[in-house]
Amino acid sequence: MFIETRQLTKKFGGLIAVNEVDFTIEKGKINAIIGPNGAGKSTFFNLVSGSYTPSSGQVFYKGKDITKLPPNKIASLGVARTFQTTNLFEQSTVLDNVIVGHRLRTRSNLLDAVLRTKRYKHEEKKCRDKAMEVLDFVELTHVRDELAVNISQEEKKRVAFALALATDPEVVFLDEPTAGINPGETEGLAALMEKMVKRGITVCLIEHKMKMIMKLADKIMVLNYGEKIAEGTSEEIMNNQAVIEAYLGGDASA
Amino acid sequence: MGAYLKKKGWIIGFILLAVVFPFLSQNDYFLHVLTLAFIWMIAVYGLNLLAGYTGYLSLAHAGFFAIGAYALGLLTVKAGLNYWVALALACVITSAIGFVVGLVALRTREHFFAIYTLCVGYIIYLVIDKWDSLTGGVRGLIGIPAPTAIGPISFETPLSQYYLILFFLLATILVMYRIVHSLTGRTFIAIRNSEDLAQTIGISTMKNKLLVFVLSTFFAGLAGALYASFIRFIGPDIGYITVIFDFLTYLLVGGLGTLAGPIVGTFLIVSVSQSLQFLQDYRMLIFGPLLTLLIIFYPRGIAGAYLDFRMKRQARKKKAVPSKQTSYVQQSQEDEEKRVKEG
Repeated sequence: MFIETRQLTKKFGGLIAVNEVDFTIEKGKINAIIGPNGAGKSTFFNLVSGSYTPSSGQVFYKGKDITKLPPNKIASLGVARTFQTTNLFEQSTVLDNVIVGHRLRTRSNLLDAVLRTKRYKHEEKKCRDKAMEVLDFVELTHVRDELAVNISQEEKKRVAFALALATDPEVVFLDEPTAGINPGETEGLAALMEKMVKRGITVCLIEHKMKMIMKLADKIMVLNYGEKIAEGTSEEIMNNQAVIEAYLGGDASA
Repeated sequence: MGAYLKKKGWIIGFILLAVVFPFLSQNDYFLHVLTLAFIWMIAVYGLNLLAGYTGYLSLAHAGFFAIGAYALGLLTVKAGLNYWVALALACVITSAIGFVVGLVALRTREHFFAIYTLCVGYIIYLVIDKWDSLTGGVRGLIGIPAPTAIGPISFETPLSQYYLILFFLLATILVMYRIVHSLTGRTFIAIRNSEDLAQTIGISTMKNKLLVFVLSTFFAGLAGALYASFIRFIGPDIGYITVIFDFLTYLLVGGLGTLAGPIVGTFLIVSVSQSLQFLQDYRMLIFGPLLTLLIIFYPRGIAGAYLDFRMKRQARKKKAVPSKQTSYVQQSQEDEEKRVKEG
């Protein structure tokens, strides 16, 4: 098992946002979580990446229990994520935005920075090279010296990918990566996700664009009101009666 | 080399001006005011690292300034320690108290953090004011010695004190420059940008915030200690709320989160308020509206406005002349050279 959740539950007061979800994320595949608005998809992400502590249940990563770990520890184990809204530092360049992504793989501290030690110089270069490499990977080399405020929405999404990739992850969680961009650009990002999988990085994403998901994902989980109602390949999901009723509004022709 | 000079030009210009100033003006009063301004600048740099680069607006820093001042005063006057030992200890004591306060304060965010630290600052003031037996209460602490001589260099004259404090200011700027332009500085900026995002890229936000907080109290303490030995008398007023709002005004006018900001803002406000002294408290009638206008139109202060202006001009230039396509390798070589020069 690569990543596994067991009976994962999150309650906010009386509201059960995620209810006893068992799910496994398969290594080297594109895993997708779909569901109507408010189904608990983002909450599920937040639980796995450590932003929220579950009310009950467990999360395992490569056989290790990571349920109680803080997000920065989980990140250093090789789990990266992006957010629905992209928080970039708009007043600095794209490259500067991404360099800090590799910080967790460095050890230089304040004293190294003030004294400009050998270790510091080495690590500064390492972070810079890493940032160049991931920007090249997401095909943004041409804008790396632009200010983040001046690039397009789609490019911002790519920068967010790059930032996640700069942490050297084994798995990347993408929270609605194609929200707010046009169909042509969506295909570009889908191709990028496939490229990530080819590089050996497991992808898990939340998405609303059904067409894209059905084509892209190897494995899909459907959440509704915090509960898992189906799991399987896209054919299995498309033909699942519970999914059609809950998600597509009970109209079998959809 | 040209770019290098341009980038650090303002720092070099500032150093030259500051070094030459005493020869240009023989006026002791100006020298006194400028030395005081340097002390404020050190404190404002400390505040800038926390509020400007990490996004945590602390209103307790007048308190830490006072702790530094009183630590030095008490260690030299009452404990009779050597000045330099006392100076080092004053910084350590301030940082240690900063550490403890930070542990609690950094659990809050944004305006809650500001309110909490405002209370801490006021409590520090009250403790100093009421703890008569230790601090001398409202009577203050007198007879603080000037820095003792290091070999042949003594610090009795205003001129030598001026250079001593300038030295500490320059050291502060150097340290700030290196912190801000480093992975550590990038980490701080990432926290200001979005704490949630910073955590998910593996940054321990609490550890880093605590580090900044302690650092910034260290500089507040250093400034306070230098103040005590420069003025030779301290009272509880130096920890009062108005002092932190002075620091904040300097920082806001100069530019929050910019390296030049603390110098520009402090120098400007101090010199303007000196030249408007004949108006007494009515000065505020001029300051108030000016500050409000500045915040509305230039929220990043004067230094920030300048940086924005330069950025826009560069962007326009780029659009006018389609830049030649530099290859990836060539570009990174140029970057490498630039970095080597920056050291």
